[in-house]
Amino acid sequence: MEGVLNQLPIGLSIGAVLLLIALGLTFTFGQMGVINMAHGEFIMAGAYTAYLLQGVGFLIALPAAFVVAGVMGLILERTLIRRFYGRPLDTLLLTWGVSLMLQQLARDLFGAPNVQVASPAWLRGGIGILPYNRLFIMALAAASVLAIWAYMNRTGQGRRMRAVMQNRRLAATSGIDTGRVDQRTFFIGSGLAGVAGVALTLIGPVGPTLGTYYIVDAFLVVVAGGLGQLRGAVLAAAGLGLLNSYAEFWSDASLAKVVVFVAIIGFLQIRPQGLFFVRSRALT
Amino acid sequence: MTAPVEGADTRAPIESADAAVPDKGAGATAPGRPVRRWQGAAAFTAVAVLALVVAPLLLEPFRLGLLAKYLCYAIVALGIGLAWGQGGMLTLGQGVFFGLGGYAMGMYLKLNDAGGDLPDFMVWSGVEELPALWKPFGNPVFALTMVVVLPVAVALLLGTLVFRQRVRGAYFAILTQALAAALVILLVGQQGLTGGTNGLTNFFDFFGRDVAADETQRGLYLLVAVVLGVLYLGARQLVRSRFGRLLLAVRDGEDRVRFLGYNPATVKTLTFAVSAGMAGIAGALFVPVVGIISPALLGVVPSLELVVAVAVGGRFALAGAVLGAVVMGYARTYFSEELPDAWLYLQGALFVLVMTLAPKGIAGLAAGLVRRREARA
Repeated sequence: MEGVLNQLPIGLSIGAVLLLIALGLTFTFGQMGVINMAHGEFIMAGAYTAYLLQGVGFLIALPAAFVVAGVMGLILERTLIRRFYGRPLDTLLLTWGVSLMLQQLARDLFGAPNVQVASPAWLRGGIGILPYNRLFIMALAAASVLAIWAYMNRTGQGRRMRAVMQNRRLAATSGIDTGRVDQRTFFIGSGLAGVAGVALTLIGPVGPTLGTYYIVDAFLVVVAGGLGQLRGAVLAAAGLGLLNSYAEFWSDASLAKVVVFVAIIGFLQIRPQGLFFVRSRALT
Repeated sequence: MTAPVEGADTRAPIESADAAVPDKGAGATAPGRPVRRWQGAAAFTAVAVLALVVAPLLLEPFRLGLLAKYLCYAIVALGIGLAWGQGGMLTLGQGVFFGLGGYAMGMYLKLNDAGGDLPDFMVWSGVEELPALWKPFGNPVFALTMVVVLPVAVALLLGTLVFRQRVRGAYFAILTQALAAALVILLVGQQGLTGGTNGLTNFFDFFGRDVAADETQRGLYLLVAVVLGVLYLGARQLVRSRFGRLLLAVRDGEDRVRFLGYNPATVKTLTFAVSAGMAGIAGALFVPVVGIISPALLGVVPSLELVVAVAVGGRFALAGAVLGAVVMGYARTYFSEELPDAWLYLQGALFVLVMTLAPKGIAGLAAGLVRRREARA
C-alpha cells in the first residue's frame, strides 16, 4: 500500500514536468500549426542554464532559463519556422534538424557525459511520502498554469492570442498583428520548456539528449488533451504522468510505455480530437 | 484532427498545404508521354545493370556489404515514399516494422545456430528454457512468413484504429513516433527474450552457408538488389493503378474523396500496411547482411533519419526515396569516418537546407532542370 502511495508524487511530478513542456507545444501547434521537435532542446538549454547558475541561486535560474529558452525559441521562429507556417509536417523535419545541431552544440560546450546539478538545501527532505523537490515541481507547474491562464484570459495580448488560435484569418482582418502574436506565443512556450528543464535538474542528471526523453510523451499530452487547450493539457499531463508511473510500478518499466501507447490509442477511439476541442464547422 | 488550425494568413488550409505542393504528375506519378515512359524504362535498366553487374565486379566485399546495407534502407525508404509522398501519411515509426521483420529473421537464425540448445544470449541472461514466443521461429517457413505478416498486421491494426477515427496528419506522425519509442524500451527491457540493448547478433549459418563468407555476402547483396527492384516496380505499378489515383486523391483532399463515396481510411490503412510490409522485408534482409538487429537500429532516431533521407531524395518520386536512402547512407558513412564531430551539424544543416530551399528534394531539383531544358528546346 505504501508503495502505491509513493508512486503518487512521482507520477504527479512527472505529469507536472510534462505539462510545462506540453504547454508550449500545444500552443505553437494549436496556434501556428508548428510541430517543434527542437522544443526538447529548449528543455535541455534550461537545464544547462541551471547547471551554469549553480551557486548563484536556484530561484534565479528559473527566470534565467525562461529567458534563455525563450530567446532561443524566438530566434528559431524568426529565422526558420516563420517560412513554414501551414506546413506542419515539414516543420517537424526542419526542427528535428535544428534539434540535432543543438544537441551536438551542447555536447561540444558541456561534454557528452551527464552532469549533476546540486539541489538547493531547502529542497532536500520532505513531509512523509512527499519529497520537497517533487512538491516544488508540482507547485511550479501550478503557478505556471495559473500565470498562463491569467495571461490568456485577463490581458489584451492573451485575448489576441486566443483570437489568432481560433481563427487566424479573421483575427488578421480585425487588425491583429498575427506575426507579433506568433512571436510572443513562441517565446512564452519555449520559455516554459526552459523552466521545465530547471525542474528536471531536481530529479535527475542533465545531458545533451535530455529533451529527447520527454518530447514524445509531451506530444502525447497534446494529442490527448486537445490542441491549444489549457484544461486539456493539465488533465492529460496529470493522467499521463500517473499512468506512466503506475504502469511502471505494476507491470515492468519496459512495458509501461507500451501500456501508455495502448491507452492513448484506446482513448482516441472515444475522443479522437482529444479531451477538449474547439467546435467548428470547418472540415477536418 | 487539425481542426482549429487555419493555415497561416493568406495561405491554403493546412491539410492541402501540408507538404510543398507536388508538381502535377511529379516523378513516379507521371502518366508520362510515350517518350518519357521509354526513358523511364531505359533508366531503370541502366540502374539495374549497374547494381547487378557492375557494382559486384568493381566493389571490394566490404564496400559491397555497405551498399547492400543502404539498399536495405532504400527498401524502407520506398515504403515511406509510398505512405508519405503518395499518401500524405508521415510515418515516423517505420523502424518498428523494420525491427519486427529483423527480429523475426534474427530469431530464426539464432535458433538455427543454437541447433536445439538455447541461444547464447539467453544462457548469459540466465534463461533456462526456450520462451514460448521463440519456439515457432525455429521453423524457417514460419519465420519468413512472420517477416511480412507481423509488420503488416501491426500496421493494419494501428491504421484501422487511427484512420477510422480520422486521426491524421501530425497526430498520426506523433503516434507512430511514440510507438517506435515504446518498442525500443520494451526490447531493451526484456533482456532474456530479446537480447536487450545488444539485440540479436553473432550469426553463423544462413540457410546452410557461412553468413560472413564473401560468397554469401555477394549473394545477399544481389538478393537485396533484386528485392528492391521488384518492390520498386510493384510500388510504381500500385501508384499508377486506380488505387494509386485514389491514394493521391486522399492525400490532396481526403474529405472530397469521402464525399465521392470512397472510404479514405481503407485506402490509407492498406497503403500503410504495404509500406510496413516493405520495412519488414528490409529488416529481414538487413540481419544477414549486417549481422545484427538491435533496438538502436529501429528507434525514433533511425526512423526519422530514413524519413529525412526520403525528403532529401524527393518524397514525391519513388525513385527519389530510393536515391535519398542510398545517398544519405553514403554521406553518413563518409562523414562519420572523416569528420565524426561535424556529422551531426552537417546532417542537421542538411535537413534545414533541404526543407527550406528544396522541399521536393533531389528528384524535385532534377525535374526542375529537365523542365527548364524542355522549355528552352
